[in-house]
Amino acid sequence: MALELELTSPIDVAKNAVASVQDYVRLSAQSVGNFFRPPIYMGDMLQQADLIGFGSLPIVILTGLSVGALLALNSASTLQRFGGITLIGQLVSLGMVTELGPLITGLMVAGRNASGMASELGSMIVTEQIDAMRALGTDPSKKLITPRVGATAFMLFFLTIIADLLGLVGGWAVAHLLFGLDTNQYWTSAWQILVFRDVFTGLVKPVLFGFIISTVGCYYGMSTTGGTQGVGRSTTQAVVASSVLILIVDFFVTKLIFAVFGVR
Amino acid sequence: MSTPALPGEQQVAATAHSSGYAIEFDNVSIAFDEKVVLDGISFKLPCAETKALFGVAGSGKSVLLKLAMGLIRPDSGRIIMLGEEVTRMTERELFELRGRVGIVFQESALFDSLKVWENVAFRLMENKIAPDEIERRVRESLKFVELEQTYDMFPSELSGGMRRRVAIARAIVSHPEVLLYDSPTGGLDPVTSNTIVELIMKQRDVYKTSALMVTHRLQDAFTMASHEFDKKKNEMVAIPKGQRGEVPMSFLILKDGKVIFDGDAQQLAASRDEYIREYIS
Repeated sequence: MALELELTSPIDVAKNAVASVQDYVRLSAQSVGNFFRPPIYMGDMLQQADLIGFGSLPIVILTGLSVGALLALNSASTLQRFGGITLIGQLVSLGMVTELGPLITGLMVAGRNASGMASELGSMIVTEQIDAMRALGTDPSKKLITPRVGATAFMLFFLTIIADLLGLVGGWAVAHLLFGLDTNQYWTSAWQILVFRDVFTGLVKPVLFGFIISTVGCYYGMSTTGGTQGVGRSTTQAVVASSVLILIVDFFVTKLIFAVFGVR
Repeated sequence: MSTPALPGEQQVAATAHSSGYAIEFDNVSIAFDEKVVLDGISFKLPCAETKALFGVAGSGKSVLLKLAMGLIRPDSGRIIMLGEEVTRMTERELFELRGRVGIVFQESALFDSLKVWENVAFRLMENKIAPDEIERRVRESLKFVELEQTYDMFPSELSGGMRRRVAIARAIVSHPEVLLYDSPTGGLDPVTSNTIVELIMKQRDVYKTSALMVTHRLQDAFTMASHEFDKKKNEMVAIPKGQRGEVPMSFLILKDGKVIFDGDAQQLAASRDEYIREYIS
């Protein structure tokens, strides 16, 4: 079979990119707008919340614990050199709550669920199930996308809180068991360092990340073309795009919160 | 052979429209990636008639059904379904219209994560029909296609022919005014094909449902033109030769994106067009 390479003009590439962004924005806006236009598929939303939330719990528990423990382990030697081992609780607490908790949870859920959404919806597209749904008088955007967006944003909020807490537990385990830090001292310093801005930052991010994961996953799923190979491609693209977007949005949200509340 | 009793037999779906047509295509064209698939297509489907659509693979038959349903938009032209201009309706307005139309997709397009009964009941559940009524109507529809035993099964557990019949049950459960069949007998054995043809005929003759049927099998369309469904015997029976013109059945042939034939079986048989002669030979 001869391999044919087709040259695409930069203008066409740019046009396609703009069209993709436009489609993504439209899908995202529609998914939010659907919350205010009945019918609302509460049953589907609960089912998705179960799949996304409880389904992601093991991986979130594992990563939360590991990241907290590793953060404590890596920083402990430096802190010990300057006689500041007692600050380890503060360091783990701030790191987990403002940054690592939301980010790691977001990336984990993106890997697990953006791919799942893209492959599920992509398969439905290539087997004409989405067309069948439209033909049966049901709006796929309301029935399939909005429940996923609502469930992901809602569940990622709680998953992040769990990851934050477990990260602190992991940090305490290292600080207490390996470096002999007093339990009371660890938890008191971890608790006292947090101010409203930190908690606010840590709780706004997962909602945004959940929105990104679900809309990107659904967008790639719904724009699948090219049969089963296309489903595979959409799945990969969904994970890559949602992860990159999470990192970019994380940076700008942090900057924005610094601008609004001021740097510590 | 015979088929079971009809769901809601007292109900007759055919609804006369002021124009007398269930579907009208007026100079409809569509192209994909600069390849013209349909080029100025015009035809009318009278109410209560079944029109068989022929054409070689890739001639735009399935596209035509999706256009009729408003699932894709034409580049130009008008499509009128049940008196409503599909080409001017928003997606939200179309959802209501689609509630009056049933479609059987080429590969059945059953929801693979739902059980057979949930597939058939999908539209009824969306319309918030009472659970008892849903169960009654789903069982009736499944009985109509002789698949009651598959009620609790998943589509993946069914054969291709069974899936096609479940798709028919899903399409007819809400007693639509128009039915669109996309290759309902494609890839099936002759016995299963006959069963499906009989089901389509039953819809035509008892419910008086208007239908567009895409098919590659000429013999299916000719069977439909030469037989009628006998309600008393509950099976299809051959019509004497002199009376076949009364059957509400017509043929439409597409070639290179254009309609090259639109008429009844007798006109088709009498056609002198070389392509058509070759096609039906």
